[in-house]
Amino acid sequence: MTKTILTLKKAPHVPLEAEVISPDVFATLSHDGVRSLTVFLGKRQLRLDEFFDVEGPGSESIEIHGDAARVKWIGKTMTRGQITVHGNAGTHLGAYMKGGTIEVTGNAADWVGGEMKGGFIRVAGDAGGLIGAAYRGSVTGMSGGTILIGGIAGTEIGMRMKRGTIVIGGAVRDFAGLQMKGGTIVLMSGAELRTGAWMARGTIISLKPLKLMPTFGQACTYVPTFLQMYAKHLNTLGFSMPCDVKDGYYQRYTGDSSVPGKGEVLIWQPIR
Amino acid sequence: MLRITGGQVYDPANNVNGVVRDLCIENGRVVADVSGGRTIDASGMIIFPGGVDVHTHVAGAALNFARGMIPEQQRMARAITRSKVQRAGIGGSTPTTFATGYLYAGLGYTTVNEAAVPILSARHTHEELHDTPILDKSCCALMANNELLLDLFEAGEFEKAREVTAWLIYAAKAYGVKAVNPGGVTGWKWGKDCKGLNDVVPGYKKVTPSTIISALAKIVDDLGLPHPLHLHCNNLGAPGNFTTTLETMKLLEGNRAHMAHLQYHSYGGDDWYTMKSESATIAEYFNAHPNLTTDAGAVLFGDTVTITADGPWQHLLYKLTGKKWGNIDVENETGCGVVPYVYKEKNLVNAVQWAVGLELLLLINDPWRVSLTTDHPNGAAFWRYPEIIQLLMSSEFRKEELKKLAPKAMKRIILPELTREYTLSEIAIITSAGPARALGLKQKGHLGIGADADVAIFNAGKDVARMFSYPRYVIKSGEVVIEEGEIRKTVDGKGFLVKPHFDPKIEDYIRPLFQQVYTMSFDNYPVEMSRIVHPDVRPCTPHKQ
Repeated sequence: MTKTILTLKKAPHVPLEAEVISPDVFATLSHDGVRSLTVFLGKRQLRLDEFFDVEGPGSESIEIHGDAARVKWIGKTMTRGQITVHGNAGTHLGAYMKGGTIEVTGNAADWVGGEMKGGFIRVAGDAGGLIGAAYRGSVTGMSGGTILIGGIAGTEIGMRMKRGTIVIGGAVRDFAGLQMKGGTIVLMSGAELRTGAWMARGTIISLKPLKLMPTFGQACTYVPTFLQMYAKHLNTLGFSMPCDVKDGYYQRYTGDSSVPGKGEVLIWQPIR
Repeated sequence: MLRITGGQVYDPANNVNGVVRDLCIENGRVVADVSGGRTIDASGMIIFPGGVDVHTHVAGAALNFARGMIPEQQRMARAITRSKVQRAGIGGSTPTTFATGYLYAGLGYTTVNEAAVPILSARHTHEELHDTPILDKSCCALMANNELLLDLFEAGEFEKAREVTAWLIYAAKAYGVKAVNPGGVTGWKWGKDCKGLNDVVPGYKKVTPSTIISALAKIVDDLGLPHPLHLHCNNLGAPGNFTTTLETMKLLEGNRAHMAHLQYHSYGGDDWYTMKSESATIAEYFNAHPNLTTDAGAVLFGDTVTITADGPWQHLLYKLTGKKWGNIDVENETGCGVVPYVYKEKNLVNAVQWAVGLELLLLINDPWRVSLTTDHPNGAAFWRYPEIIQLLMSSEFRKEELKKLAPKAMKRIILPELTREYTLSEIAIITSAGPARALGLKQKGHLGIGADADVAIFNAGKDVARMFSYPRYVIKSGEVVIEEGEIRKTVDGKGFLVKPHFDPKIEDYIRPLFQQVYTMSFDNYPVEMSRIVHPDVRPCTPHKQ
């Protein structure tokens, strides 16, 4: 399979807006076509090859090497293909994406998968906040797809999300699932304050105890059947989620009753 | 000096219908002949007088509020990048000021009437209008809920009310008088509304919407303003509101009036589940009463934002949509609400609204009395006008579009039965000649000798929407501002206003009242003439029916 390999020559001194780095854009372009794509450095419009060494013709499989922590909008609105970032990725990674796969071996910044509709994003390291969130003013955030973060994440992950799945390996900060309307957030290592604030629907699963707001009420303890399906699926992706009754059970809380909402927060209680 | 040769000229005001003839321009005016200067070869093109928008919302506090409220739409909006001749901006449902000028000019429009200006924010509105290039602008000041006037109506002092109105018009440097939901917006401050014409306005003992409407229509005619009372009726948007609209039109017999965005006032049915079109009833009455003009206020499907001084209606719309709502308090003058909205094809109410706008345009026989508008940005953004023109010019295209509606909607509308197709000449009337006449701007909307040299030149083609979206040339005051579809030059527009006659002593009455109830100092209230960059004071001639 042909590949397009981009190697960052030197990290830009201000964030580089590079929404052209997308399989949909690259697919039909020649080597020269890829090199001459326009990127924005501040208000300046420059060629892609001023920042990247390009190898191979345009294709649906893109590899990025070098520290791209200041390269924004990688894979914006992509619908197919694959992007692999060997290193870090900047803000708005996979924003509005509809399909395809993005893998990052390092860390990613804020707004991973902002308002994404479908597709798959995996970040091996840490990520910033507002993962799969709604952009300012929008009513809904991500409405499909999967985002997996190996490390820790920031505030307001899954803000206003409607569908899809977010799994965070490390601890997350405040306001996870803020105003969420649906979908699932799995917190492998728990969260800081105000998890699920304003949530109307959707599920937040935490494997570590959470400090819940008083607007969440305890409903029951159980191990729902769907979690076993989830666990099986997440296992194949490298996350192990307990769901065996002999190991423990989930404490179910509902809220946020200040909205009022019908969301659920499931907190794992191991049997000692 | 400019000569345009070989184009088919559509100038309905002078009975010119597609005749190939030369058009000569000198010093910003149409003249009989020029010698020398530039020649534009317009062979294969059609020539229209520059477009005139009789009812739009393009500047002021409410617009800015809306711009700030919809970042989610603006992110997706068309970007206008900076060049040597144009400033940066964005399009979308509420374009930025400079972009508004470029986009209107980009459709061949050269004159717009900002239809709702609270006098308290008139200064701000004029500043924004100044930053809206290329276009000539006029604006209508909101009066029908001004408590200074309502108090006088309550006391039966109509003479004094006329003097106050005239003073207010000039204080706002306005061109006309706008009435929005007369009495209802005042009622909104009590958490109420005035749905019927004979409801007593909350806070008053005698004044009703019908008192306000009759009095203002008479005052406007007595003062002789070039544009009649610009009226947004009570009960906008509600199912069954056509009866209120009919009553209002009956009340206006003997006076002139412009019925704004009639589409929003022509619904039958009892509730949202039974809402249907009553455009036929409204059009029948309207056709028989030449004292009235109107604009369509047509709706197109898609995202937009609704902005109106009709505060109570916007609260209701917010309750219906459950999304965002902005409310601005304009002291004792008027109200204001902003609600982002999506018109959906599969929504029965929206389907009826879409059909009613087109039905009115097709059922009103005299194109001179109905203008093409979307009540920008309420029904759709103005830059979507070409889509409506295409719907009006082709009944086949309408049939195709009707298929997208929910089948249930067909019983509620009469659009499928209408076969009328607009001609190019009629399009020139509803987009330019008619609104210019409704506004009383004699030098606009035609290409006769002495007219302002505002000209739009389109490539003649079968794809009407495309043709009207991308004029080949646009000429404003004799300057070629758009060429080959690009902005080549930006010029300042004029500001039209009127100075109706009033006794300066009326200030002695207003000043103490004002100091008592307003938060602003009286001396800071009127907009100075120097704030209007290229003022053009139009004469007032008292009108007798």
